[in-house]
Amino acid sequence: MITKEATEITPVPVRVTGAPDRRPSRHRRAWDEAPRWQIYLPLSIYLVFTLVPFYWILLFALRPAGSTSLVPWPMTFEHFEKVWNERDFAVYFQNSVLTGVATLLLTTGVALAGGYALARFDFRIKRGFMLALLCTQFVPGALLLVPLFQIFAELKMINSLGSVIIAETVFQLPLSMILISGFIRNVPYSLEEAAWVDGCNRLTAFRIVVLPLLRPGLIAVGSFAFVHAWNHFLFALMFLSDQTKQTIPVGLNTLMSADSVDLGALAAGGIIAAVPVVLVFAFIQKWLITGFSAGAVKG
Amino acid sequence: MAQAAAVAKPPAPPRRRRASATPRRLPYLLIAPAALLMLGFIAYPVISVFYYSLQNYNPTKPWRNGYAGFDNFVHAFTDDPQFWDTLTFSAQWVFVEVGLQLLFGLALALIVNQTFVGRSLGRALVFSPWAVSGVLTSAIWVLLYNSQTGITRYLADMGVGEYGTSWLSDTSTVFPAAIVADLWRGVPFFAILILADLQSVSKDLYEAAEVDGASRIKQFWHITLPHLKDAIVLSTLLRAVWEFNNVDLLYTLTGGGPAGETTTLPLYIANTSVDAHNFGYASALTTVAFVILLFCSMVYLRLSKFGGGEK
Repeated sequence: MITKEATEITPVPVRVTGAPDRRPSRHRRAWDEAPRWQIYLPLSIYLVFTLVPFYWILLFALRPAGSTSLVPWPMTFEHFEKVWNERDFAVYFQNSVLTGVATLLLTTGVALAGGYALARFDFRIKRGFMLALLCTQFVPGALLLVPLFQIFAELKMINSLGSVIIAETVFQLPLSMILISGFIRNVPYSLEEAAWVDGCNRLTAFRIVVLPLLRPGLIAVGSFAFVHAWNHFLFALMFLSDQTKQTIPVGLNTLMSADSVDLGALAAGGIIAAVPVVLVFAFIQKWLITGFSAGAVKG
Repeated sequence: MAQAAAVAKPPAPPRRRRASATPRRLPYLLIAPAALLMLGFIAYPVISVFYYSLQNYNPTKPWRNGYAGFDNFVHAFTDDPQFWDTLTFSAQWVFVEVGLQLLFGLALALIVNQTFVGRSLGRALVFSPWAVSGVLTSAIWVLLYNSQTGITRYLADMGVGEYGTSWLSDTSTVFPAAIVADLWRGVPFFAILILADLQSVSKDLYEAAEVDGASRIKQFWHITLPHLKDAIVLSTLLRAVWEFNNVDLLYTLTGGGPAGETTTLPLYIANTSVDAHNFGYASALTTVAFVILLFCSMVYLRLSKFGGGEK
């Protein structure tokens, strides 16, 4: 016991600074043993880097135009009203929500079916299909803009949100499917078999036994799909030329590329763009990490 | 159990036959929607890019359209300095961005994996830019970098730098300025993935190492890092491909400028096809980009001996 303590203390000469690290011996786990300042100092420096930009946009959104104060006081909501009503962000918001939710449902549904097949069956083209899924990761959506545009023009889907929803879904699918098949593989097959023996068919067994266990994984995958669709810019920019069909990122870009940028409106628009994503994120954060550690890296 | 089923009433055998008959077609039915979507909207476009790369195809100059052989490729490699410039910039961008993101992401993950007061709040705040889009990142950093009321103004108030500096329109500062903006959003990606993988390191290993008197730095090199290796290889690869292909941040933040200084290959391709309508040439450039990506990924996976540690 004594030697253990000794070996622990020696490798950290910085202790001399007197960091308050006399912790009870039940916390002896070495990976847990970093002096407090080694945690809080870099963490706070990084937090400044992370939070100042957020504060900055909040500041610009809330202080009156032309103000140079570093606190948003007197506070005003004029920028929000302007962006929401005059710059059509109300419409963009609606379009973005529609695109995001539709992509989420389509991606999760299709990936769930495919992921189940990959996890539970051996079939002839399985290896080839898996390889194709991986290969798609190297296919840049940005570089396929022109042929995609031609396809959607052929399908008469230019200027309809459907084109963006399909394009987003297609590029979300491969990774979602790989992740979901990993999650399903983590659920013992014997659980399903037991349900069959009890008289369930495959679908009911899946619904009752497997689906509840997939919850964290599905939440991670679904929110990924939503956030991607919500954030994605290029497809919406290319496929939707009609002002009333555009999404929030395109609206932000319009604000930014104006000759003289209205910084207050840009900031308010940015916050409108951020709110749903931040909410989703706050909600899923716990599941995200468990979801990933359950399936992602093991593939 | 099997006996009971055999003795059971007539309905049992057909049900069992059905159960064994469905699975043969079932997997194909299940992957069909995904396969069809990917065939129609990924495979077909890719093939058409390959096809157009061998064509002169420009809707605004239809009289020149037709088979071009390898002319487009020859032109790119021998006669187009912009191709080389943008390719070099892309490589530089990916290398610096992924390297720094990994470094900071790893450090952050190790920090927030410790036990300390305020950990869950700390994690949430550190990860928060993860979900912010490229365009929103641009919007935020446009506000920070603008010459009138941006961060430089307040720095100048404190005596650092000059008033009216705009980091995004100066060729000497635009690269670091754009790098920092993308780091802000990119680091959490690595931090999240690495933190997820850190959860699965067996605590026994650390206890054993501790008994053997290994320092924390040694434990990191000999236990943590080897454990993380596959996750790191995979996430850097995915991120590199993603950074290479991603255009929204640079498109909206700098527009590829000033003076083409921050134009990546995909941005150049987008300009060639969208603004100049030169689809044939853009397709050839796309093909080149695709081959380069694939080649680099193969080499990277081979060199890093991905997945070799476990089996």
